[in-house]
Amino acid sequence: MTEIQAMLSIKDLRTTVGSRKVLDGLSLQVSAGEVHAIMGPNGSGKSTLAFTLAGRPGYDVTGGSVSYCGEDLLSLEPEARAQRGLFLGFQYPVEIPGVNNVYLLKAALNAARKQRGLPEVDALEFLMLVREKMKIMQMDESFLSRGVNEGFSGGEKKRNEILQMLVLEPSLAVLDEADSGLDIDALKVVANGVNALRAPDRAIVLVTHYQRLLDYIKPDRVHVLACGKIIRSGGPELARELEARGYDWLLIEAA
Amino acid sequence: MTENAQLHDLVGRGYQHGFVTDIESETLPPGLDENVVRTISRIKREPMFLTEWRLQAFRHWLSLREPTWAHVRAEPIDYQSISYYSAPKVKTDGPKSLDEVDPRLLETYEKLGVPLHERARLAGVAVDAVFDSVSVATTFKDRLEKAGVIFCSFSDAVQKHPELLEQYLGSVVPLTDNFYACLNSAVFSDGSFVYIPKGVRCPMELSTYFRINAAKTGQFERTLIVADQGSHVSYLEGCTAPMRDENQLHAAVVELVAMDDAEIKYSTVQNWYPGDENGVGGIYNFVTKRGECRGRNSRISWTQVETGSAITWKYPGCVLRGENSVGEFYSVALANHCQQADTGTKMIHIGANTRSTIVSKGISAGRGQNTYRGLVKILSTAQGARNFTQCDSLLMGDRCGAHTFPYVEVKNPTAIVEHEASTSRISEDQLFYCLQRGISEEDAVNMIVNGFCKSVFKELPMEFAVEAQNLLAVSLEGAVG
Ligand SMILES: Nc1ncnc2c1ncn2[C@@H]1O[C@H](COP(=O)(O)OP(=O)(O)OP(=O)(O)O)[C@@H](O)[C@H]1O
Ligand SMILES: [Mg+2]
Repeated sequence: MTEIQAMLSIKDLRTTVGSRKVLDGLSLQVSAGEVHAIMGPNGSGKSTLAFTLAGRPGYDVTGGSVSYCGEDLLSLEPEARAQRGLFLGFQYPVEIPGVNNVYLLKAALNAARKQRGLPEVDALEFLMLVREKMKIMQMDESFLSRGVNEGFSGGEKKRNEILQMLVLEPSLAVLDEADSGLDIDALKVVANGVNALRAPDRAIVLVTHYQRLLDYIKPDRVHVLACGKIIRSGGPELARELEARGYDWLLIEAA
Repeated sequence: MTENAQLHDLVGRGYQHGFVTDIESETLPPGLDENVVRTISRIKREPMFLTEWRLQAFRHWLSLREPTWAHVRAEPIDYQSISYYSAPKVKTDGPKSLDEVDPRLLETYEKLGVPLHERARLAGVAVDAVFDSVSVATTFKDRLEKAGVIFCSFSDAVQKHPELLEQYLGSVVPLTDNFYACLNSAVFSDGSFVYIPKGVRCPMELSTYFRINAAKTGQFERTLIVADQGSHVSYLEGCTAPMRDENQLHAAVVELVAMDDAEIKYSTVQNWYPGDENGVGGIYNFVTKRGECRGRNSRISWTQVETGSAITWKYPGCVLRGENSVGEFYSVALANHCQQADTGTKMIHIGANTRSTIVSKGISAGRGQNTYRGLVKILSTAQGARNFTQCDSLLMGDRCGAHTFPYVEVKNPTAIVEHEASTSRISEDQLFYCLQRGISEEDAVNMIVNGFCKSVFKELPMEFAVEAQNLLAVSLEGAVG
């Protein structure tokens, strides 16, 4: 049997933010078709991992490697990573006043299409696509004409992130706390959206603090990030164990 | 990477209208005295009253000093080294139709994206093109004449409608108004004249395209627009100049008069040569623009997109005399590299229930200095007057500056004056958000800046809004570093 290369392969990753070493030898493999959950205490570096993968300026990689679909991810500019199908759902989506939501979305889609040598999307086709995805996210059409996240409530911003993901159809979606700040119904809607993206050729990495989200989106693997690395990995039962016991026992074991 | 470094990478396409047209012109030797003023007036075969008016202005100008209150630093101007009249050489008196216009001039305007051939105008915009000191062509004359609209060069108006000029010229901006307006009154060479008769909705957008070509000349054009009772007109002005490493003076005067129920919408896309990255060369744009809402329920709306010029010094204002009249000012001003912009508006409320709205968006980048200076004056007669002012600044990089000087004088206790102001930066968060969606840095910056300017751009006529966005994109190239 030949070894199949994982879609995302992180080896011994070290990231410094400001003067702080946040990731310190993190390794993780995610294969196409899988959903992985990453949990861990506040400040342990979950968002740092997401930003490092997306190439955010200021997140300096001091060691290790990341391969994505066979390419050296770390050598690519952030926009090139996005164009190759890496999507980051932000923990705190930013507002961009005056920039039309649908305009940004169309520019994003066209950037990815251009990278693949496809022509710009037809305006009508695009609108139909967006409408269809908005139905899944139960979003009102008025969101299309509003500024990007401008005046959106916390929950609306999170829905908007998932809407963008559904339109862009990324190969790898890293969703940083897609569930925080959502009411019970919205949580189901967001989970539905994420499940709609699941496919054999796609992978999803969910950063979350709670089991609830994982009740709706069944992960294949669950990892605990602490002390700058993955200190424990397991199946869905690990999340339930964490819910019951917290992190202390793991941290003590790791130390 | 810092925000600066991130934004720095934008490639420089630079100023795109910087070419010189090789054309023979008749230019007065540099220098200014009564004789020059008389000569200009004679070349233009002007009636006595106008010659006298010019001379009066010139004599008054001699007693004035350049204003120093603006937040700009300028090289002193030697008014004796400027030529006050330059015109492309023509055998006859002036082109009667487009066929008589020098093809090289037509080519120039094609290059600038202003095709003068009427057939080529899909949008149905009538254009008056001013090349250095003279108007070279006015398109769509026939259709406008049928509607009773007068749209012609100032020189033509002097010949054909002297009575209208005598009635309205200087009635909004008196020749004593300020140093540059006074100078303009003495030496203005050409410009546009518009008269919309009672009850007429002008059937198309009117537009003037100004082009400075000759070196060492100043451009002093004059625009006068009169909208009679119940009429309506939308007017657009565009400007470009070649790249030269000396500063050139542009001191224009624009006067608008709106009678009862009339409406004038005046839009400017100003893209004079801004000078190079180190501040060498560029146009000194010292302009006086004022509209008077003379009649009841009249409305004057200024929209300006100021991306060019080394120094911009202009405050398009409205004198709200008529009851219920409305004045509006929407402005986007960009100061990149070493550009300096000191711009804003004056809203003078005289009549009862007059209203004014001011929306100013200032963008500073490079070492640019952007100043908003605005006056809202409510006289004791202006019962129930209202003003709303919103003044936002966007900074790109840390070597530029944004300044705000709002002056408010309220003499009537029933007036309501509101002022909102903000200063912000393109945040790293916004930029990264766009990058993460696959959008290039350059596109992201443009998107964010355009978003910032949205409430002004939506006031522009459609086809010019697109042009303004593109212009902003070009002007922001290499914005920060
Ligand atoms: N610019 C910075 N300078 C110094 N430390 C930083 C900087 N940015 C982040 N950190 C630190 O890095 C650590 C990891 O932050 P990160 O946001 O990745 O945590 P997280 O696991 O996502 O936490 P949470 O669950 O609260 O979202 C934190 O201790 C944080 O304070
Ligand atoms: Mg986080």
